[in-house]
Amino acid sequence: MGEVVSTSVEATERAAALLARRLIVGNVVEVSGELGSGKTSFIRGACRALGVEGPITSPTYTIGHRYEGRLPVSHLDLYRLERVSRAELGDLEPLLQDAVVFIEWPAAGRGTLPAACVQVRLAHLDPCRRLIDVEATDPAFADLGAELDRLVA
Amino acid sequence: MILGIETSCDETAAACMTEDGQVLSNVVSSQAQLHARYGGVVPEVASRRHLELIEPAVREALFEAGTTLDDIDEIAVTQGPGLVGALLVGLAFAKGLAWARGLPLAPVDHLHGHVASLFLGDDAVEPRFACLVATGGHTLLLDVSERDRFRRIGTTLDDAAGEAFDKGARLLGLGYPGGAALDRLSRDGDPEAYRFPVARVPGHDFSFSGLKTALLYAVRDLTAEQLASRRADLAASYERAIVTALVRGLERAGEALGVERLALVGGVAANSELRRQLQPLGVSLTPLELCTDNGAMICSAARYVPKLRFPHYGDIDAYSSA
Repeated sequence: MGEVVSTSVEATERAAALLARRLIVGNVVEVSGELGSGKTSFIRGACRALGVEGPITSPTYTIGHRYEGRLPVSHLDLYRLERVSRAELGDLEPLLQDAVVFIEWPAAGRGTLPAACVQVRLAHLDPCRRLIDVEATDPAFADLGAELDRLVA
Repeated sequence: MILGIETSCDETAAACMTEDGQVLSNVVSSQAQLHARYGGVVPEVASRRHLELIEPAVREALFEAGTTLDDIDEIAVTQGPGLVGALLVGLAFAKGLAWARGLPLAPVDHLHGHVASLFLGDDAVEPRFACLVATGGHTLLLDVSERDRFRRIGTTLDDAAGEAFDKGARLLGLGYPGGAALDRLSRDGDPEAYRFPVARVPGHDFSFSGLKTALLYAVRDLTAEQLASRRADLAASYERAIVTALVRGLERAGEALGVERLALVGGVAANSELRRQLQPLGVSLTPLELCTDNGAMICSAARYVPKLRFPHYGDIDAYSSA
């Protein structure tokens, strides 16, 4: 539905903020892309827009962080998991409930974790530029593509 | 005697320590003896894994210490931060055991545990000191003013140092987690071969994500053959950049606090290049066997936290954030 070329961490965070404004509790956002493509930066921008203060760091080791902003936010990272078993789903449930949920490295959770309403894909174009591609089918995000276009215009 | 239990992340760990700080056993689930005896499965994230290993780990800790539950006077357990499901296994086990035996329970903060690994043995470090806690999940600078008091003055803004090592190893094709493999390979490489960025962040914070991206681009520009011949140089240069950031951060923290004593704890404290650079500076280094998560450090910290008397700990809960 929309894509934008980001030339800085700040621009990536601004794009994320546009998305964040439309999110409500219960929304799940998948954020995928290679190592170093800006997934954590994107989620940091979204968290800031949702009123989260303090460090937003990579949850690779801890699997999940929970933040309290204007809305509660959960930040998951499935990098270390090959798949999410039922037992692991039980561990993650407290993070999945009553929050806006962002999931980095989402592949391991497909089929077990709640389905995402937004898919964000980040890709390296060159060392200074990232392509941010946002897919969402829900009408709530209908005008997001146009806003992303204006971000670069 | 104190029985200490730790399940905040991947390790299921238990230890026995005397009141005066002598560690009689320190069992970590990834260690060989438990693997050999109980199936040899690599710890996974599910708390089910902790659930399977917690009792064997505690039994092993008692056995190795040459003791039984009858000699245990107090149970110490990690309360947080960590993954709540994982923490709850250790916490519920510790509560149940303490309750059944009518013992007091000491809930311990995981980061305090890492710091308290410095309060063991003949070379115990006396506060006040500046302490770098560098693990897979955390990279923090602490002002440790007392054995039971510390204040955070800096943190990573993105990736933890241990994560930077592990992800760098993956980019170099060393598997995951590969922090230790990267460390070994670096010894054969030239740390000056590549100039990787050392992020300058305001205050006492760290940032490692730009470095990770720089390695990605360096690797991407090479053919498979070139990568094979440059891998050790890349590893050594990458390691140098992380170590430089950590050493600089710790030194600057000491200067800002006006303390001469500096210390390093956590899994990354096992990195040989970091130890090599910090030793001549007189920095206190946690012993190698206490770097990764373990029960002995939880026992050690328990001596400095208020004990909850039986039966007043039924409702304490795990917490996820530092």
